Amino acid sequence: MDMLEKLGILADAAKYDASCASSGTDKKHAAAGKGIGSTEGMGICHSYAPDGRCISLLKVLLTNACNFDCLYCVNRASSNVPRARFTVAEIVKLTLDFYRRNYIEGLFLSSGIIRNPDYTMEQVVAVAKSLRLDHGFHGYIHLKTIPEASEALITEAGLYADRLSINVELPTEAALTALAPEKSIPSIRRTMGRLRLKLDEAKSEKHLKHARRFAPAGQSTQMIIGADASTDRSILDLSANLYGSYRLKRVYYSAFSPIPDSSLKLPPKAPPLMREHRLYQADWLLRFYGFQVSEIGGKGGMLDLDIDPKLAWALANRDRFPVDLNRAPREELLRVPGLGSKTVERLISARRYRTIRSDDLVQLRLPLAKLMPFVVLGDHKPSGLLDSERLSALLRPKPTQMQLPF
Amino acid sequence: MHRIALTGPTNIRGWREAARRLARQDVDPADIAWVVEGAAESDLFGGLPASPQASSAPEGPAFSVPRAFLGLAETVILHRDPERFALLYQMICRLKDNHDALEDSVDPLVVRLNGLARSVRRDIHKMHAFVRFRTVETEAGECFVAWFEPEHHIVEAAAPFFARRFASMRWSILTPERSVHWDGEILRLSEGVERSEAPTEDKLEDLWRRYYAAIFNPARLKVQAMMSEMPKKYWRNLPEASLIKPLIDQAERRSVDMVALAATAPNPRPQRTRVEIPVASVVEPLGSIQALREAASGCRRCPLGVPATQTVFGEGPEDAGIVFVGEQPGDQEDLAGRPFVGPAGKVFDAALEEVGIDRGRVYVTNAVKHFKFVPRGKRRLHQKPNVSEIQACRWWLKQELDILRPRLVVALGLTAVRSLTGQPMTLEVARQRRLETLEGAPLLATIHPSYLLRLPDEAMKAREHARFLEDLRRVAAFANAA
Repeated sequence: MDMLEKLGILADAAKYDASCASSGTDKKHAAAGKGIGSTEGMGICHSYAPDGRCISLLKVLLTNACNFDCLYCVNRASSNVPRARFTVAEIVKLTLDFYRRNYIEGLFLSSGIIRNPDYTMEQVVAVAKSLRLDHGFHGYIHLKTIPEASEALITEAGLYADRLSINVELPTEAALTALAPEKSIPSIRRTMGRLRLKLDEAKSEKHLKHARRFAPAGQSTQMIIGADASTDRSILDLSANLYGSYRLKRVYYSAFSPIPDSSLKLPPKAPPLMREHRLYQADWLLRFYGFQVSEIGGKGGMLDLDIDPKLAWALANRDRFPVDLNRAPREELLRVPGLGSKTVERLISARRYRTIRSDDLVQLRLPLAKLMPFVVLGDHKPSGLLDSERLSALLRPKPTQMQLPF
Repeated sequence: MHRIALTGPTNIRGWREAARRLARQDVDPADIAWVVEGAAESDLFGGLPASPQASSAPEGPAFSVPRAFLGLAETVILHRDPERFALLYQMICRLKDNHDALEDSVDPLVVRLNGLARSVRRDIHKMHAFVRFRTVETEAGECFVAWFEPEHHIVEAAAPFFARRFASMRWSILTPERSVHWDGEILRLSEGVERSEAPTEDKLEDLWRRYYAAIFNPARLKVQAMMSEMPKKYWRNLPEASLIKPLIDQAERRSVDMVALAATAPNPRPQRTRVEIPVASVVEPLGSIQALREAASGCRRCPLGVPATQTVFGEGPEDAGIVFVGEQPGDQEDLAGRPFVGPAGKVFDAALEEVGIDRGRVYVTNAVKHFKFVPRGKRRLHQKPNVSEIQACRWWLKQELDILRPRLVVALGLTAVRSLTGQPMTLEVARQRRLETLEGAPLLATIHPSYLLRLPDEAMKAREHARFLEDLRRVAAFANAA
C-alpha cells in the first residue's frame, strides 16, 4: 500500500476526534541552525475544511486496526473499513515534511488498540520521542493516551507531548457499557486523575531548573453527542465534574455523525450539529461566565435549540433584569444576553470615562435586538417588553430561519 | 498646511518624530497632510513643499504617551489605510490632554484604531497560517520558497516567526511588495517580485491534498464557517483550495449515502490482532483485605461512586492492632487512590511521627470510601457525607474490622464516630466517653486532622493541636503496651 492510500485511510479514521487545538502550551522554538519548530502560545489554524473545522495538526491514527468494538466508532473491530498501519518512521517523516512546508502546527496522534494497551502506547510514544530527540522537533504534539497504559509510558508520553487526552466518549457509565463494552469509566477516570497529579506536580516544580516536563498544554477529553439518550443536563454535569476534578483544558463535544460503515445498533441520521453548538455555548457559560449547571437548560434537561442558553436563562429569569450597564458589577454584566466577556471588559473600562449610551453599543456592533430589552443605559430604559409575553417570541428566530447553520 | 513626507509606508520612527514635534507645536490634525514618498497613495498636497524639519513655531512642553499607545501605533502603521498616520496623530493630540484617553474603549477614534490594529494582527496571523513553502533545488542545497499576498504592510513584522520556526531551513517568502529570506542565520529583506518568480508545485502537495480531503467530514458541511476563517482571497495560493468545490459538491451525496447504507452487517472476520490475555493476578484468599479492596473498587451501594474517581480503600498491614478511621477521601486521595495523602494526611503523618507511631504499622481507612464534592470551576468543594451514605459504606468498614480484629479503633472526627458507634453525639462528648465500636472493639475519638487546617485563629490552632497530640499519645501508649 502506498503512502497516499495509507494516509487516506488513517486520516479518514481520525477525523471523528474534534480537537485540533495547538494553543496553550509553553513557548519554545528551535535554536538557529539546529532543529525545527516553534510553539508560541497562540495556536494557528493552517487551513479549514468545508466542514468549517480548523486544520491545525496532522491528525492521524498509527493504525485503524482495533481490538475494541465500540459501536459508534468507524474503526471498531467489527467494521468493514479497510485497515492500514503506519510505521513509526513513516509518521515521523510525514509530520516533518508537512511541517517544513507550513501545512501544520504539529501532530495529533491516536491509535486503535492492537495487541495490548502498553504495546500500542509504546508505539505512539515512540513517534513523539523520535520527533523530539532524533529531529529536534519543537512543534506541537498531542498524544491520545490509552487509559490502561502503564505509569512509565504515561510519564514518558508527558515528557514529549504538549497535550494528552483520554476520551470519556459517552456521558454515562450505562451508555459506555452498552456501546463500548471494552472501555471502562473507572479506568478512564483513574488515568485522568493520574494525569492531573502529574500536571500539578510539573506545574509546582516549574520554577526549578531541572523540573521534569509534563504536557504543558494539559489534558482534554471528548464526548459523543447523540449516540445515546443522555440529556444535555447530564452531559454538562459530567463536564463540570471533569473540569473540577481533573482541571481539563477543554471538553470537546462531537455530534455523532453517520459513519461510512456504521453499526446496525445505532440510528443513522444527520449529526445534531445545533445541539453540539448549544453545548459549547453552555460549556463557555460554565467556564467563563459564572454560571452553574443547575442554572442552564430547560424542559427535560435539554438546551433550547432555537436560542442560545444565556438568552434562554435571561428570559426565564427576568426579575434579574434590566441591568444598568453603567453601574452593574462584572458578574451581572456577564449574564446579559449579547454581551461577551471581551465586550464586558470594554464597557467596564469605558464607563469610567463616560456614560454608556445606545450609540456606544452601535459603535461596538453589538446585537441590539437581543440586548436592549435587558439593559438600562444613559439614554435608554427598556419598555414594558421585558415583562411582556411577546418578548420570548420576538427573540426567537422566525420559523423560516430555523435551519442548521450552513 | 503641513505636508509630512515619510520615507516608507511603515516608517514608524519618522512618523513619531514628526508627530511629537507637531503635537508640541499644537498643530491641528486637520492642518497636516501625511504622505509616503513615492507611494501611489493619492497626494492632494503634492504641490506643497515638505515642512522643514525644524519648524520655527514655538514648542510646548514635552509630554509622554502611554506605552500601550506606542504598541498600538507600531501595529496600526502597518495597515494599508492611507488615513492611518492622521488617525494616530489625532490620538496623540487626545493623549496630550488626557493620558488615559485610550481606555475609553467605546470612543469612536479608539474603536477605529483598535479595529485597524486588529486587521493588521489578523493579516499577520493569516500569513503565519497560509504561507505554503515549495522546495527548490539550488546550488546551496534544498531551499523552501513561498509566494504570499498580504493585505497590509506586514512582511517584515511577520518574518521573525518564520525564522524562529524554520530555524534550520533555508527559505524565502516572496510577495508583491517585499520579500524576505533566511539563510539559517540572518533575515534579509528585498524588493517585491512577480508571482511568476515563485515555484508552482511541490512533490508533497498530492499527499497534503489527500489529507485535506480525508479529514473533511461530509456529514458536517459548514461552508460559511470555513469562508469566514479562510476567505476566498487566500485560496489562489493554497494548494488544497482546488479541492474545496468538488468536496462541497459531493458532500451531500456522500452523507446521504452514508445514512442510506448505514446498516452494514458486522465484519464476519473482525479485527482482533493477536489479543494478549493478561496473566491472571495472584488470587487473594476470600476474606482478605486485598479481596475486599477489589470487591469495593466498583462499589455503587450509594450514589457517591459515580462522580468520584475511584474507591479509596483502607491501607495497612492485616495484623495491625490499631485502626484509624477518617471521614472520607479528599481531592488528593480521590486522585491518588490512597487514604490520607493530601494536606490533612500530612498533618496526620506529622502528628503520628511526633508521638512515635509508625504509620506503616497501623491500618488507615475512612468511614466513607468515595469523595463527596460539588465542582466549582477548576476545584471541588468537599461535602459532608450524609447518614445514608455513611450507612451504605458501613458495610465495607464492618468487613474491614471483621478481618482486622483491631485491639483499638481510633475515630478521626464525627463522621467516623457516627459510623463506628451508630450513634449521633457531639465530638466533645465522644472524646470524654469510653466507647466501643458496633463490633465491640475499644474506640477512642479525636478530631479529624483537617479540622486543624480550617482553624483561622493561631492560638486556638495551637491548643487544638496539642490536644490532638495528647489523644494520639494515649494511642501510642496503648500500642506500646501490647
